[in-house]
Amino acid sequence: MSMLKSKHLLNIEDLSNDEIYAVLENAKTFKEINDRPIKKLPTLRGRTIVNLFLEPSTRTRGSFELAQKRLSADSLNFSASASATTKGESLIDTAQTFDAMKVDMVIVRHKYAGTPYVLTQHMDAHIVNGGDGINEHPTQTLLDLFTIQERLGRIEGLTVGIVGDIVHSRVAGSLAPALKRLGARVVFVAPPAYQPVVPEELGAEVAYDFDAVLPELDVVCLLRIQGERAEGLSVPTIREYASLYGLNKHRADTLMKKDAIILHPGPMNRGVEISSDVITDPRAYILDQVNAGVATRMAIMYMMLGGEAGE
Amino acid sequence: MSNLLLKGAHVVDPVANLDGIADVLIQDGKISCVCPAGEGDCKQDTKGTTVLDLTGKVLMPGFVDMHVHLREPGFEYREDIASGTRAAAHGGFTAVAAMANTKPVIDEGAAVKFVTDKAKEVGVVKVYQMGAITVGLKGKQLAEMNDMHKSGAIAFSDDGMGIQDPQLMRRAMEYAKVFDALIVAHCEDESLVDGGVVHEGIIATRLGVAGQTSLAEALAVHRDIELARLTGVRLHIAHVSAKESVDLIRTAKAAGDVRVSAEVTPHHLVLNENALDKTYNTNMKMNPPLRSTQDQKALIEGLLDGTIDAIATDHAPHAPQEKELEFELANFGTTGLETAVPLMATHLVSTGKLDWATLVDRMAHGPRRVMNLEPVTIAEGSVADITVVDPEKEVTITRDWLVGKGKNSAFLGHTLKGCATEVLVDGKLVLADGECV
Repeated sequence: MSMLKSKHLLNIEDLSNDEIYAVLENAKTFKEINDRPIKKLPTLRGRTIVNLFLEPSTRTRGSFELAQKRLSADSLNFSASASATTKGESLIDTAQTFDAMKVDMVIVRHKYAGTPYVLTQHMDAHIVNGGDGINEHPTQTLLDLFTIQERLGRIEGLTVGIVGDIVHSRVAGSLAPALKRLGARVVFVAPPAYQPVVPEELGAEVAYDFDAVLPELDVVCLLRIQGERAEGLSVPTIREYASLYGLNKHRADTLMKKDAIILHPGPMNRGVEISSDVITDPRAYILDQVNAGVATRMAIMYMMLGGEAGE
Repeated sequence: MSNLLLKGAHVVDPVANLDGIADVLIQDGKISCVCPAGEGDCKQDTKGTTVLDLTGKVLMPGFVDMHVHLREPGFEYREDIASGTRAAAHGGFTAVAAMANTKPVIDEGAAVKFVTDKAKEVGVVKVYQMGAITVGLKGKQLAEMNDMHKSGAIAFSDDGMGIQDPQLMRRAMEYAKVFDALIVAHCEDESLVDGGVVHEGIIATRLGVAGQTSLAEALAVHRDIELARLTGVRLHIAHVSAKESVDLIRTAKAAGDVRVSAEVTPHHLVLNENALDKTYNTNMKMNPPLRSTQDQKALIEGLLDGTIDAIATDHAPHAPQEKELEFELANFGTTGLETAVPLMATHLVSTGKLDWATLVDRMAHGPRRVMNLEPVTIAEGSVADITVVDPEKEVTITRDWLVGKGKNSAFLGHTLKGCATEVLVDGKLVLADGECV
């Protein structure tokens, strides 16, 4: 039996608050294992997991793959360049093909929203959303929450600023509603073109003045600018964007709380949303997030597959 | 041709001032007698007359859908003239107007004739063909509108694509005005659409996809109304979806110095953006998109107060491989011909928002007025194009129930009450007891 109510993790709303905390708790154990010289557990031995990455990804795919190996699952990487989808096969045919191969779980990353749901309609396997278009990225949220909880000891009552291209960010799409229902205050800090259409739908407040809101923030989560047409249409220039919304040393030193933390889901554009000397600021926990990613993904896969038939 | 006596139906036709039980006699494709109950019987030669008992049903002038995609030539795997007109009859329509976005595009006289000739051969209901405004619908060069006009094109439209260049639209209107042709505008400013696949509202945030603002439509509506005022052309705004557009059209009509009409689809009247959820049903993906509840309300108000002249379905059949895709990749459009009458009966008439007489105006008289077609009324001498609806008949919309090739209905699974049971075209039954003849 899966330890979670929902068979799939398509959106962060598939996990209740209690389940989120349970994932974080389990992840703590896995994180300790990741610090041992021998990092392998037999937990998912005999289970088959497909990493269906229809859009290029290095960190998420690597993180999932490592998590699977450490749990002794058999995993298969199916990436866009090697996939049949580039030869014109439809997503549904790809799904049915893997379904016929009897896999237990599929981690899916695609540039289109709703892809994970489509897979659930054509496969028996558990589906985990590894990022769908600009919609959601729930496992990123789990690792972000883990890092916040680990560093600040709580989530409830914190003020979290998400700064950057929010409307094009699947990270914000999952993180903001999760933070909100766990009792945090969420502020979207961005120029109008980067704000979502209805920020309240994600549980967030809107701010345009980073300097004004920065002193209130316990967590500063920076997002990169997406899209090729950013410069000249969404914002005048990257230079002007960086001057208003980039976290540089001066801002961090003068306006940020001493005990606040800096997060970034990566990949980073150094000198744009974050300057190089902020990456090395002791308050930045960007690599801790990467580290937590493996542990939280081990936890979620374990909880979805761990106790199922065959145990 | 034998005579047909339609007995006992509730006849509704505001033009003929009818709203009560009456018998209607059809002879040689025309209505030869209309006899309200209690005013005697239609004189008839009983030997050669077939009697059809329509007690409990509503008999109305034949409905016209002035916005359909029959997909022939070129996309016959989605729909063709035979299957599309069969779907039209099944839905209760006696005539349809087909859009020009076929392959090749209907942008010259010979192409218009191809469709109308083919429709005479295989069509179940009457088919009017629209010609393209620009060559290949590319929005660059005027198509031979006069040639198409002489070949029978009923109106001109680049439907499927908005004409982005205002000067080109102005020239098209000026040119069409010379022979009093109708311009049907697909109002869409592509720079404001900017890749949006749903309404730019709560649903865009909820689904995590790009939205398109209502102003992408309304600014184009405003531009085309002003250009129509400038040129004097007859302008018809296709598939109005936004409140702002309704307001603009209402204001223009009140001003009285511009000839503008408008249509709305049943799906925009019945659904709003909340019909979409995280199951990403691609049958709910249409262009213009389902908008907010306020927009939906404004469309119904516009339909009721006469700002909107016609209900037109924008019947857009697609093959499964074009819809069973990632939401952002799936084609836009829902089928509409077969669900329009059941939707209007269920959601507007039986809820008391709209009476049958107003429905007749928006589905029979309105579209004919807009397209300058000969009026069809339930009166002696009129062409016997007739739609009969059983307001009590329930139908569940399933793939099997739909007779058209396109099964991409936004209403699959809906159970609706009230649907067409008889359709007569030129006095001939093409739908009888709900089945295509």
